[in-house]
Amino acid sequence: MSAVLATPAASAAIAPASPGRRAWRRLLHRRPAMIALAIVIVFIALALFAPWIAPHDPVATSWGAIRKAPSAAHWFGTDEIGRDVLSRVVFGTRASLLAGVVSVSISLLLGVPIGLVAGFAGGFADALISRLTDAFLACPFLILAIALAAFLGPSLTNAMIAIGVSATPIFVRLTRAQVIHVKVEDYVEAARALGNPPWRIALRHVLPNVTAPLIVQATLAIAAAVIAEASLSFLGLGQQPPEPSWGSMLNTAKNYVDQAPWMAVWPGLAIFALVLAFNLLGDGLRDALDPRQV
Amino acid sequence: MTDYLLKRLAQVVPTLVFVSMLIFGLQQLLPGDPAKILAGEEQDPSVIAHLREKLHLDEPLPLRYAFWVGGVLKGDFGESIRTQQPVLELVLQKLPVTIQLGTMAFVIALVIGIPTGIVAAVGRGTWWDNVANAVALWGISTPNFWLGILLILLFSVQLGWLPASGYVSPFEDLKANLASMIMPAFVLGNALAAVLMRHTRSAMLQVLSSDYVRTARAKGLSERSVVLKHALRNALTPVITLGALELGTLLSGAVLTEQVFTIPGFGKLIVDSVFNRDYAVVQGVVLVTATTYILLSLLADLAYFVVNPRLQA
Repeated sequence: MSAVLATPAASAAIAPASPGRRAWRRLLHRRPAMIALAIVIVFIALALFAPWIAPHDPVATSWGAIRKAPSAAHWFGTDEIGRDVLSRVVFGTRASLLAGVVSVSISLLLGVPIGLVAGFAGGFADALISRLTDAFLACPFLILAIALAAFLGPSLTNAMIAIGVSATPIFVRLTRAQVIHVKVEDYVEAARALGNPPWRIALRHVLPNVTAPLIVQATLAIAAAVIAEASLSFLGLGQQPPEPSWGSMLNTAKNYVDQAPWMAVWPGLAIFALVLAFNLLGDGLRDALDPRQV
Repeated sequence: MTDYLLKRLAQVVPTLVFVSMLIFGLQQLLPGDPAKILAGEEQDPSVIAHLREKLHLDEPLPLRYAFWVGGVLKGDFGESIRTQQPVLELVLQKLPVTIQLGTMAFVIALVIGIPTGIVAAVGRGTWWDNVANAVALWGISTPNFWLGILLILLFSVQLGWLPASGYVSPFEDLKANLASMIMPAFVLGNALAAVLMRHTRSAMLQVLSSDYVRTARAKGLSERSVVLKHALRNALTPVITLGALELGTLLSGAVLTEQVFTIPGFGKLIVDSVFNRDYAVVQGVVLVTATTYILLSLLADLAYFVVNPRLQA
């Protein structure tokens, strides 16, 4: 009898883990994804604690230390006006991470509701939104971001808006596709049969079931946004001098590549490491959140 | 076939209309009076008045759009504030350089991406697969302007083999042209090679586990013949189509690559126009890019339809 009637504590112990917890456990078993997560955490720490980590003021010039090679005083060397490259790389993390997170948040805030409406409502609204999405997708991502940043004016804020708006159609399309797939599931039919209004069904029953692919896409989109911000800053349309950004550092570095190659190596390596980490994390999340992997 | 073509064309028309609205709408983002902004720093009243009249700025917005799109349909994309040249003429002048760069990059991407994808699929889970995946991740995660700078450092500064920047027309000196374009083309093709590798690997894995490949193996055919004759032919169709859809990425990448290597192409034109506040040229470049992309996507879809008999059935 005691074997049949489980105590509350025992039933809690055998209760199935939530989908989020199961996905996290699967993610923990993926070594590349965990290394990537560690790299992302290191970059977040660099951005948050930059004033305490950077050995020098990132905008302080020193005419006596122009284009000095890496040394004990300046681990990554100095730039064309004597600024410490390591300190600029550390502070540059802020612009890149901010651009990645803010622009993807803009894409999610715009794209998910629009995609939800298109997928759930169908008909004319879907057709109109789909054609608009096609129009946005027809403009190559960076070219649209350049055009938007050009018309809005060069600044980090405008670059983030430009990147966020340019990446929105991908989220519209993804959300719409997922919603179309989910809205015919039995549990949605059941919610409808119980008399729930459409907005409630969309928000309470459909949206929570389309989040997994959106999380994966958002992680990969952060990688793309980091590259896009660096690209816009490289072209002079993102973070404005003297504030440090990896892209603008590379733009200056290309003019001194024969005299001070270290100016180009470190900011580029930082972009590569952060983008690679987000790509690996996105791949890991895709595997962990896909139930077919179980 | 005709039904499919008509249906696909019917989708293209509204997309083009929305693209034109989007690009026209960019002008509305300019803060203040567009005529004053477009007139540049000199703020010549006669230029402002001319622009106001030419852009129909006193008319309501829908009418202004109608005038603008009417001009575009007649090939009038406006004129450059800086050089007074028609935008279309400027774009057509620069386009061949970018087409050459894009074509070379696409060929490099095919040459690297497809064999690497085949090797990764055939040797799934082996050391080769891991190396190919690492190469793909490298390609996707490396900013092409950084790769460009590193290659200049190696091949131009250290080894002195290739020019660091500049462009020579192939009609003037083919050898010098190839020397100046090979590095930028590799840089541009690098990311696309990674994407093609991933597509090829995934398509090959799917095909290699299909029944007809098992039958080919059961017939006693060599592995080389099974992979290259039976599997690859079927796996490549979606890869080429998806590759064609990635051409938009090439156009985006060309902007940065041309900037790094100082190549006077389409990408450099848009960046120079942005800094000269030559907004008509920016609009023209985006419009031509988007239209080219839509038409390429249409051609890719049609090609897929033509080579895939199951879709025609």
